Formats: sequence, C-alpha cells, structure tokens
Amino acid sequence: MRTRFFPILVGSFGIILLIRLFSLQILSDEYGDLSLKNSVLKQYVYPERGYIFDRNGKLLVSNQPMYDLMVVPNNLKAFDTLDLCRMLKLSKQELGFKIAKAKSYSLRAPSVLLGQISKQDYATLQEKMWKFPGMYIQRKSVRAYQTDVASNILGYISEVNYFDMETNPYYKRGELIGRQGIEKTYEKILRGKKGVTYLQRDKFNRVIGSYKDGVFDTLPVPAQDITLSIDIDLQEYGTKLLANKRGGILAIEPNSGEILMSVSTPTYAPNLLVGRERSENFKVLKQDTLNRYLFDRSLQGQYPPGSPFKVLNALIALEEGVITPKATFNCYSGHFYARGQFMECKCKPGTVNNLDRGIHNSCNTYFSNVYRRIIDKDNNAAEGINTWQRHLSSFGLGNYLGYDHPVGQSGYVPNANFYNLWYPNQRWRGATTVSNAIGQGEILMTPIQLANVAATIANRGFFYTPHFVKGIQGDFITPGFKAKRHTTIANEHFKPVVEGMANVVKKGTARIAAVRGIEVCGKTGTIENFTKINGVRTQLTDHSMFIAFAPKENPKIAIAVIVENGYWGGRWAAPIASLVIEKYIKGNVKRTWLEKRMMEGSLEAEYAKVTSNKPFNINE
Amino acid sequence: MNKLTRFDWYSLILYIILVVIGLVNIYSTMYNSSDNSIALGFIQKQVISFGLGIVLICIIQFFDTRFFERYASIIYLISIASLIGLWFFGTEVSGARSWYGIGGFSLQPSEFAKVAVALALAKFLGDFNTQIKRTKDYLGAFLIMGIPAILTLLQPDPGTALVLLGFFLVLHSEGLPSFFFTILISLFVLFISTLLLGMYWVMFAIMLLVTLNIAFQFKRKRKKVVFSAVITSLLFCGFTYSVSYIFEHIFEQRHRDRFNILLGKEVDTQGIGYNINQSQIAIGSGRFSGKGFLEGTQTKGGFVPEQQTDYIFTTIGEEWGFVGSAFVLLLFVALILRIVRVAYKQKTTFARVYCLGFACTLFIHVAINLGMVAGLIPTIGIPLALMSYGGSSLLAFSIFLGIYLRIVYQRMD
Repeated sequence: MRTRFFPILVGSFGIILLIRLFSLQILSDEYGDLSLKNSVLKQYVYPERGYIFDRNGKLLVSNQPMYDLMVVPNNLKAFDTLDLCRMLKLSKQELGFKIAKAKSYSLRAPSVLLGQISKQDYATLQEKMWKFPGMYIQRKSVRAYQTDVASNILGYISEVNYFDMETNPYYKRGELIGRQGIEKTYEKILRGKKGVTYLQRDKFNRVIGSYKDGVFDTLPVPAQDITLSIDIDLQEYGTKLLANKRGGILAIEPNSGEILMSVSTPTYAPNLLVGRERSENFKVLKQDTLNRYLFDRSLQGQYPPGSPFKVLNALIALEEGVITPKATFNCYSGHFYARGQFMECKCKPGTVNNLDRGIHNSCNTYFSNVYRRIIDKDNNAAEGINTWQRHLSSFGLGNYLGYDHPVGQSGYVPNANFYNLWYPNQRWRGATTVSNAIGQGEILMTPIQLANVAATIANRGFFYTPHFVKGIQGDFITPGFKAKRHTTIANEHFKPVVEGMANVVKKGTARIAAVRGIEVCGKTGTIENFTKINGVRTQLTDHSMFIAFAPKENPKIAIAVIVENGYWGGRWAAPIASLVIEKYIKGNVKRTWLEKRMMEGSLEAEYAKVTSNKPFNINE
Repeated sequence: MNKLTRFDWYSLILYIILVVIGLVNIYSTMYNSSDNSIALGFIQKQVISFGLGIVLICIIQFFDTRFFERYASIIYLISIASLIGLWFFGTEVSGARSWYGIGGFSLQPSEFAKVAVALALAKFLGDFNTQIKRTKDYLGAFLIMGIPAILTLLQPDPGTALVLLGFFLVLHSEGLPSFFFTILISLFVLFISTLLLGMYWVMFAIMLLVTLNIAFQFKRKRKKVVFSAVITSLLFCGFTYSVSYIFEHIFEQRHRDRFNILLGKEVDTQGIGYNINQSQIAIGSGRFSGKGFLEGTQTKGGFVPEQQTDYIFTTIGEEWGFVGSAFVLLLFVALILRIVRVAYKQKTTFARVYCLGFACTLFIHVAINLGMVAGLIPTIGIPLALMSYGGSSLLAFSIFLGIYLRIVYQRMD
C-alpha cells in the first residue's frame, strides 16, 4: 500500500494549477486587453464637420449626405439583379464581382457594395430597398462646396492613411482628416471630437447589446464653424481675371493682416474632390506637371521679386543713411558697375534720378548705386550684406510668415555666408551681387511675401501676420495674429517711398493701374526667368509682376499679382491689381474694357512654347 | 459514535457547493440580456439532474453496503452490456456513438461505467484470494478496467477511456509492482521528448545513457548487465520509433496539431489553437477579482466553444477572477483529499478501494479538464466533474457519492 501516493499527487496538481492560474490572471498583461478587442466593439459617433463661411458670411463649405450601399452576404436572398444593376449603373459582372469581394471579406459583417451614391440615385434606390434583403443603405456625410473657386485655400479632406493613424491615435481606419488647406490647419476645430459607444459583440461579430449599459460611453463634442477672412466675390473675380494665365493674386487687408483673396491659376473646382469620381479627378490634377493644379502659386510660387524689390532697397538705404531722398544718380541708359560689366536701363541717356524718379521710372542705375552704397557702406561687403539681410528679414523675407495655411515657401535672401561660399577670401563686393539691387539675383519671394511687403509699406513700417481665418464661431482666435510686427525701418523713411510708389501709377510705369477716385501706390516688375528645356538653360518671356496698396492714406488693400511669362509688369499684373482694387473698394468696376481684356487674354500660346520642342522667341 | 456525526457531511456539502457554483456559471454562460429563456432552459435541465442526483443519494442510503459488494460483478456486467448495447441502440452525436436517447433525455452509459468499474475493482481487490502483486491478479485487475476502456475508446470517446484507465493509479497506490509505474513514467517522458526533440536525438540519448551505465558498472556481472541494458535500450528505441511513427502516420492532423500547439511548436489562434487561445483569454482577462457575474465579455460573446460543458471553468475564471477560480480549485482539492483520507480509515479493502476509485475518478476529471482549460495539456474532451452542464455526468457522480457516503457511514469490520 502506498498511502502517500494520492495526497502527493493531488497536492502537487493543486499547486501547479494554482501557479498557472496566478500567471494567467495576475502576472500576464496580455490577456486583459485581448478580451476587450475580441468582444467589445467601439462604435464612434461623429459630430458633423464644421461649416466654412467667407468674411461676409457667405457659406462656402457645408456637408451633404452620401450613401453607401452595404451588404451582409449571409442575409442575401435571390433578387432581381438586373433591376439593381440598372439603378446603380453597373454591369452584371461588376455586381457579381463586388458581391464576391464582400463575401471573401466576411459573410456576416457588412461591407460596402457601392460607395458614395448620390442623392438622386439614392432616391430611386431607397424605394426599392425592400426587394433586396441583405442590403441596406448607410448614410455618410461628405463636404459640399457652394463655390467653384478657392480650392487652394479650402483644401480638402480625405480618409486617414497609415501614417496619420501612427502619428495620431485619435484617428481610426476609414475616418476623415483635413488633408490640405484650411481643412488641415483647423482640423481639430472643424472635426469636433467623436463620441464613443461601447457595444458587446459575439463571436460572429454581431452586436448583442450595449456594454455595461454604456457607463464608458462618451458624447461627441460638436464641431465649430469657421469664418474666413477671404472675400469670396473678390476671390471669384480674381480667378476670372487670371483665366487662361498661370499666376497668383494675393491681397491683404493691411490694418488687420487678413488675407482677402489668394488666387492661384490654373485652379480646379473643389467639388471635383467629392464623390465617386474623386480618385479619378485627383489623379488627373496631381499628374499634370505643367499646369500644376495642386501647386498654390500665391503661397508656394517662389519668384525673383524684380523691380518691386527696389522699394525695399530704397527703404534700407534711407534707414542706413547712405542716401537722402534728394540724392541723385545719373543714368546713361544703364551704367558700368564693373570693368566691362554694363547693366541696361530704360531711362534716356543723361537722366538724373532722385529717389522719387528712381522709383517711378524703375531706374536700374539708380538702385544699383543705392544697393552698392548699402553693401559697401563700411568697405565691408560681408557686414553690409548681413545688415541688408537683417532689414529684409524684419519684413518676413527669407522665412515662413507664419500664416494659418499648411503650404508655403520661405523664399530666399542671401547673406554673407552664401557669397563667401561662391567667392571665397572676401573676393566679392556690392558690385559682385548687384543683381540684388533690382530684385533679380539670388533673392526669391512668394506672392504672399510680396503682398505683405506692400501691406507693410501701406502701414508705414509694421504688419500683422497674414491669416486666412477671421473668426471661429464668432470669436477671433490666435492672439498671435493680432500682434504688430515692426520692421527695422523707421517710420519717417516710408513717406518718400510711398510718394514714389504713388507716382508709379500717376506718371510712371503703371499708369494703366490708376483708378478714378482712388490713389493707388504700386510698383511694377518685369522678371527675367529661366527654365531648363532638354537640359539647356533657356530664358523665357518675363514674368509680369505688380505690388500695390490703396488708397494711399488709410489703405484698405495691399496686393501682389504675378502673371507668369506675361512680359512687362504693366501689361497684365498692374491692370489686374487695379481692377481688383477697384472692385474691392468701389464694389463695381467701371473699366469694363480693361476687365474684358484681362479676362479674355490668354497666355496659353506662350506656355505652349516650352513644350513645343521648337525654337521660339521671347518677350514679343 | 453518534449516528449523525458518522455521516460524511463534509463531502456532501462540498458536493452541493460545487454543483451550485456550476449551476450559477452555466446560467451566466448561457445568459443573454435580451432573452434569458435559453439560459433558464439549460438551468432547468441541470437542476432536474441535480434533484434526481440528491434523490438517488437518499435512496442509496437505504441499501446495505453488503449489497454493493455482493452485486458489484452483476452491476459491472450490466454496465459492460450497456456499453456493447450502444452499437445497436445508441444514437450518434457529433461522430461518437455514446448516448442512449430516452424520451427527451439522453443517457451516457460510459459515465455510469466508472461507478461499475470502481465497484468491481473494489470487490476484486477486496477478495481475500487476491494479491495485487501476483501476476495473475494484477492482470485480472487490468482486465476489469481495460474492457470498458476499450469499449468506450471504440465509440470513440477517448476522454472517458482515459478516465477508466486512470484506475491504474488506484492499483498503484494499492501496491502494484512499481515496475509498471516506472515504465509508464519513462514512456511518458520518452513520448514528450520524442515529440519535442525528434526521434533521432532521443534514440541517441538513450544509447548514450545505456553506454554510460555499462561503463560505470564494470565491477558487477558484466554480461548480464550488458544484456539487460541492451534489451531495455532496444525496447525504448522501439517505443520512440513507434511514437514517432504513430504521430506522423496514424494520428490525424488535428491530433498532431493539438500536441504541437501545446508544445509551443505552432501558433494558430484562429484554427486549431482557437479553443485553447480563447479559453486562456477568457481566464486571463478575469484578472484578480473578475469582471463580475454576467459581465464576462468573452463569455457573453460566446468566443469559447462548448463553454457550458467542457469549458465551464473559463466562465469562472473570467467573471470571478483569480479569487473565484482558485477557490473552486481548492474546493475540488479539498473534496478529493477528504475522500482519500476517509478511504484510508476504512477497515475493509473493498471500502478503501471503492473510495480511492471515487477520489481517483474525480481527480482525473478535474486534473485533465482544468489542465486543458488552462492550456497545460492537449485538448481532451472531458467534462469538469459536478460543474459542467450534462445530466449523465452529474448523475453518475451523485451515485458515486451516494455509495461512498453509504459505505463510509456503515463502516464495517
């Protein structure tokens, strides 16, 4: 007899199992969460996405219902396939394929048979739904655009991707996120916060009731509406003026920094990115590398600023005390700035230019001399150019302005380090970099930076960070947009420069920009530019550029216009800017002949030259 | 001694507690907040079986112990006959012909066969002519448990067959030559290591051990040692080979998978490993104090298959946590140890062997079921004694207990 055999056997079994239970239930962390994933379904309740209005309260973006036809393959019974195909505009094969796909995903869980059915199709379909057991319609909310313009400002929303979900745990598969534009910047405000309902489900993924009677459930936080600073009528008007031309218009209200319009052409209607055709349309827009629909020329286009930059050089020279408004330079249709190096100018030989005439005649000679005085002030080009660069950066140049739109470029302003790299051992002086004098050298600016310079001059020395949003559900936000940013130029130096800009329109290069009853101050630009065609650096027709503000006293609008390859500034940019100013300040435009010329004028022939593969002439 | 204190109240109360815990958890498992008629239906059936069990226990108390001893062989033969009868009158449920359908109820004779074998073994060993160490006698004992075991294996119901073979433990504790137990353990070790390491490594290890053994025993009678060593090593190698052969060629894939999952060779939580994985999730998610009665998410979602029968312990683990599951485990251990202790107080071999048989049957059920649910041993379909849903099992255990109570109460010289 082995009397101790059973007690030992049973005892050791008890201990082993106790240890196992302890390790499963107390030590291991793994199983607690797994069970939740398994059997508790989190269902989200989404607040309706916020509306977007323009500065005058016009509705720009709202929501519309879209309908997904869902199918639960196990509940399907024989139905009239032809009838369904006719309503959905599908072929029988396509339908069969879609059902097979749903079956392979899951027999019991619903999957989308056909997504994004329009309201019209839904109306007919809904009446006959009883004929199709196993299918039902799920309502979804997508964006509805009440405007055909401003797609570059508004941006778009799309389904979250893997990266979004990785970086922000808020987002779950299939949810929408602001992908571009205002939708992206103000995503959190526009989306609100989703609520959660926990549901108990069984092994077939069927929901069998609420989990713990909803003690963990949360309510959604409603989204807020946004009012843009954009004037949608102006935006529309600008888009029309730039039709058939590549370019951008950006207008700012100087005394608030509110962006009134931000046009980039060619553009697309925002409604193209909604509904069943979305991906097809997006592909087309994305793949057009010539028109670059998704490239915002008003925010992202970096151009040499050309002659408008001269006013900045004038301001810096005045601040540095290297010139007075009365100082004159002689121009002989240009000048030699170094041995054998001649810079042309449009002045008649023997013209004597002071600051005022230098600006309104856009004299290259005058500004070359001014620039060289700035740079070579203490016979130290490096120090001079760094001072120059410091002044420019106080205008927000060479850096991002900090506005509330996700796209943009910093532009470029060179400093001493840059030229030391190109010309080592201090072998460079003001004359070496003289292209900067007329805004052609290494400097790059975006239209919003140019418009902001105009606004700064309009304010005589300060600006507000430009921004697209005027208010969120009535309240103004972001205190940063309310702070004045002062430049390093003293207030009194603006007066002669503004005077010169007023004369540009009165008697200078942009007389066409004059508007009856409004004193417009501006500066034209004609910008040499190059591209590479088959690897060869080729000069193209100049860009037409204009910056302006109006009226001269108490300015209401500051604007920058660029028309790519439009030739001289007074040809396209100045008239367009003046029409916008007229429209904005006066409400309607009297100069319909000019309006017509702008709207109907096309530069397509100019753009076709680049791709024609044939030799071509420029500036004709 | 007082008549009332002589009665083993302790075991009876443990039995009732365990059955009631079982009822509560069967209810929770089948519970559905929108419609609890299903759960109530299950409970109703189980309560009827429970009541019937109590009634049987009471009736049995009116029998004389000698009745069971005298008619043990008859009961055994009837039981064998009922197992054979399954071929002719049995109904097939999910591939196994293990049930008699009687009206709305179905009866599983193999459950009752356990009682019969316990009685028969007790009678056989209790005979003063029987000496367990004698070859003739232990072969007889093997036969008594072997016949019903083979019959149930053929149904096929390997789980119950395993329980019947479990009486081997009783024989061992009664003094069966230790040779058998040694062989069993070494075969078990060989079996597991063959599956884990592969046939050739194990054979190599056997050879190595035998060679070392011979090398260090040169002082003794060399020839004899070498001879017996070679024979054993050959036998072991043969066993290893056959394990590997059976595993690869005779086992079906599902059997292989069960072992592989357990040995950690394969992870497939959706296919064959689903049961084990889900039951461990359920138990593990209970944490320390459980999710509460009717609150188990795994349980409510029905993720664990057969949860009201073989996997009833997962409900306890999920809803009552470590506290609850450890409590139930301790109740079982206490009941079994109690029976074992009482067994050794018995004065007749018949009574002692019967009690040990009861304890052993309970133990095998609990050990295999909990081992399987907790993922310690491969999936073998055995219900958790007293707790799992199923009338036959509960009734059989009630009868087991009834006879036990009667024998212990009457304690004869």
